[in-house]
Amino acid sequence: MIEIRFHGRGGQGAVIASNILADAAFREGMEVQAFPYFGVERRGAPVTAFTRIDTKPIRIRSEIKEPNIVVVLDESLLSAVNVTNGLKPNGLVLINTAKNPEDFKHLKAKIATVDAKSIAVNNKLGSKTAPIVNTAILGAFAKATGLVKLETVMECARDGTPVKKDENANAVKEAYEQTKM
Amino acid sequence: MSTTSIEKTEKHTTTTKTGVKKVMHGNYAASYGAKVARAEVIAAYPITPQSQVVEKIAEFTSSGEMKAQYIKVESEQSAMAALITASQTGARTFTATSAHGLTLMHELLMWASGARLPIVMVNVNRAMAPPWSVWAEHTDSIAQRDTGWMQFYCETSQEILDTIIQCYKVCEQEDIMLPALINEDAFYLSHTVEPVEVPHQELVDKYLPPFNPKPELTLNPDHPAVFGSLSKPDEWYPEFRWMIHEAMERAKKRIKDADSEFGKIFGRSYGGLLDLYKCDDAEVVLMCAGTLASTTREAIDELRNEGKKVGLARIRTFRPFPVEDIRALAEKVQAIGVMDRCFTFGYEGPFFTEVKGALYHANNKPKLKGYITGMGGRDVDVQLVKKIFADMYKVKDGKQDAETVWVDLKADVNNMNAWLKVR
Amino acid sequence: MKIEIKSMKDLPMLPKTLETTIGVYNTGAWRSAKPILHEDKCNKCYICWKFCPEPCIRIKDDKGNEITPKIDYFYCKGCGICANECPKKAIEMVMEA
Repeated sequence: MIEIRFHGRGGQGAVIASNILADAAFREGMEVQAFPYFGVERRGAPVTAFTRIDTKPIRIRSEIKEPNIVVVLDESLLSAVNVTNGLKPNGLVLINTAKNPEDFKHLKAKIATVDAKSIAVNNKLGSKTAPIVNTAILGAFAKATGLVKLETVMECARDGTPVKKDENANAVKEAYEQTKM
Repeated sequence: MSTTSIEKTEKHTTTTKTGVKKVMHGNYAASYGAKVARAEVIAAYPITPQSQVVEKIAEFTSSGEMKAQYIKVESEQSAMAALITASQTGARTFTATSAHGLTLMHELLMWASGARLPIVMVNVNRAMAPPWSVWAEHTDSIAQRDTGWMQFYCETSQEILDTIIQCYKVCEQEDIMLPALINEDAFYLSHTVEPVEVPHQELVDKYLPPFNPKPELTLNPDHPAVFGSLSKPDEWYPEFRWMIHEAMERAKKRIKDADSEFGKIFGRSYGGLLDLYKCDDAEVVLMCAGTLASTTREAIDELRNEGKKVGLARIRTFRPFPVEDIRALAEKVQAIGVMDRCFTFGYEGPFFTEVKGALYHANNKPKLKGYITGMGGRDVDVQLVKKIFADMYKVKDGKQDAETVWVDLKADVNNMNAWLKVR
Repeated sequence: MKIEIKSMKDLPMLPKTLETTIGVYNTGAWRSAKPILHEDKCNKCYICWKFCPEPCIRIKDDKGNEITPKIDYFYCKGCGICANECPKKAIEMVMEA
C-alpha cells in the first residue's frame, strides 16, 4: 500500500488533488481511498488530505500517520506545519517551489520540486495572488513517482475540475515536464 | 463540485454485468442509491457533513435524470413533516441529515413509525455539541433508539448505496411498513472517495418493485379518513404498539432475505443483521458498528498471521437488535469485546449494554468487556484495535480488571493514551 | 355505519379512523344544539361537507351517487360550523331537549 499525504491551504485544491489522484489510480486498475482531514475550511487555513493506493481493497479507515509520499502545495507551510511528520524512511517530499531540490536537504528525505505556482498562473488557474496549483502538482507527482501515467492524470484533471478543463490538463503536462528531482 | 457544469463523461468508469464502477465519496453513494431506488419525494435541509447527498440529488432532479419532487424546506423538522405526508399519500420518500439535524427531527421520527410509514433516511453520524464537532460519533443515531425506526450501520460507501435499495424492499412490504435509518460515519465514509459500483437501473427495478401501499391506508380522496386520531387507554393504543413490535420482529428475517437476494443478483451482501468475519474458530471476538469494523478486519488479518484466533461480529442492524444471532455467536466464543463509538452518561456504552442484555438469557455466556473508542471522531487505527484484542485475551484468561473502559484519552501529560476505567 | 373493533385482530394496520374515531365513541351525545338541513333550500354545493371538522356529513350513498348532504347524528357534536358556512342558510341549529 502506498500512502500519500497532501498539505495545502484552503483554496489551493488539496482535497480535489487527493481525489483526482485516487481517480487516476482507479482508472489504471488500482484500489484507492482518498479523504480530507476536515478542518476549518476557509481560504488560507492549512488543509491536509490523504490518498491510499493498493492492489487489494483498502479496509483501513483511519488517518495516515506514516506516509510514503508527502505533497506540499504551499511552500510557506514548511515553516508552519511539520510536513515530514511520520514520513517513512526513503520517503518522497514533493514541493511547489521555484527553488531546487538541493535547497531542501534539511528535510532529510528524497525531494522533488516544481514551480506549480508559475505554471498555474501561466494557465490562468486561480489568480496571481491565489493560484490553484493542484493540477500542476499532480503532473509533478506523476513524473516524480511513476505511480500513475501522465495521460491518466490529464484525463482525470479534466473530469475532476469544474471549469477550465483544457488549462488544467495543460498545467498537468507542463508540470510533468518541469519537475526537478 | 460546482453545479454550473454537470458534465457526464462516462469514460472514467468500469462497466460490469451488475453496474458501473467509479470513484465517489459516501455521500454521493447515498445520492446514487436514492436515484436508482427511484425515490419520488425528497425533502431535506443541509448540514455538514451531509450536504453533498442532497446537492447531488438536486442536480439529478433538475437535470431530469431523476424523476422526483425535491422540496426545499427551512429545517430538518419540516423535512420530516413533509416526508410523513408524502409517504402517507403512497410516495417513496428519502432524506438525509446528521447529528443536530437528526435530533431536531426526533419528535417526528416517533410519528413516522407510529404511522407505519416506510421512509428511508441516511444519517451521517456526527458528534453532538457542545463542544462543536463535525467528526464521527454514534450518539446522534443511538439517541433515536426508541423511535421505532430500523437502524443500519454501514462499513463502506458501497454498503450505503446497496442498503438504501435493500431498505425500501424490506420497509415497503405490507406487513412491515416501518421507516429505516441508514448510518454512515462522518468523513470516514461521507467524504472518503473510493470505488463504488452504481447498479444498473434494470437490475434494481427487477429487485425493487414500485411502492404500492393499499389505497385505504393512504391519504386518498376515494378513501377519506383521519390519520393518527385518538386512542384511549382501554381502547387500542397498546395494541397498535404491539403490532409495530410484531413488524419489527418479522423484519429480522426479511432483512436477511433481502440481503441474500441482493447478493445473488449483484454479487454483494452484508451479513444480514450481524456480519461475521472469521468467527467460526475464534476465541475472542470484537463487536462494533460502522467504519470501526473495516479497520478491525485489517487488525484481525494481522493477528491471524501471528496465530491469534480472533474474529469480528459487525452489528449491521441496531434495530431490530440481532438477539438470536448474538446468542448463537456466544455458543462458540470465549470472550466478546464491544466497541462503542458513543456513551450513555450515567451508565455505559449503549451497544455494550444491549449485547450484555441479549446474553443474559443465553445458554453460554462469554466473558464481556466494553471499550469506548473514537468519540468526537478520534482516530481508531489498526494499532489501537490490536491493543484492544490483546486486552481481550487477558479478559478471556480471567484477568479482567474492568467491566468497561474509555480508551485513548489524553488524561495527563504523562498519560496521553490513557485507558480510563468506568467500573 | 359504525365499524366495531372487538379485538386487535379487527384493527387497521395503522392508526386511522374508520369513522370519526378509531373506537366507537358516541360523540353525538355531547351535543346541545342539533343541525337540521332543510332539503328544499339545499343546492348540493357541499360547502357544509367541506367545512365539517369531524367529518360527519355524507354526500354520497353506498353506491357512490351524489346525494343531499346527510348528517350523521351519532357523531355530530353540534359545533354549528355547517350552519354558519351554508350560503343558502339551509341548515338550522335547533336546541335539543
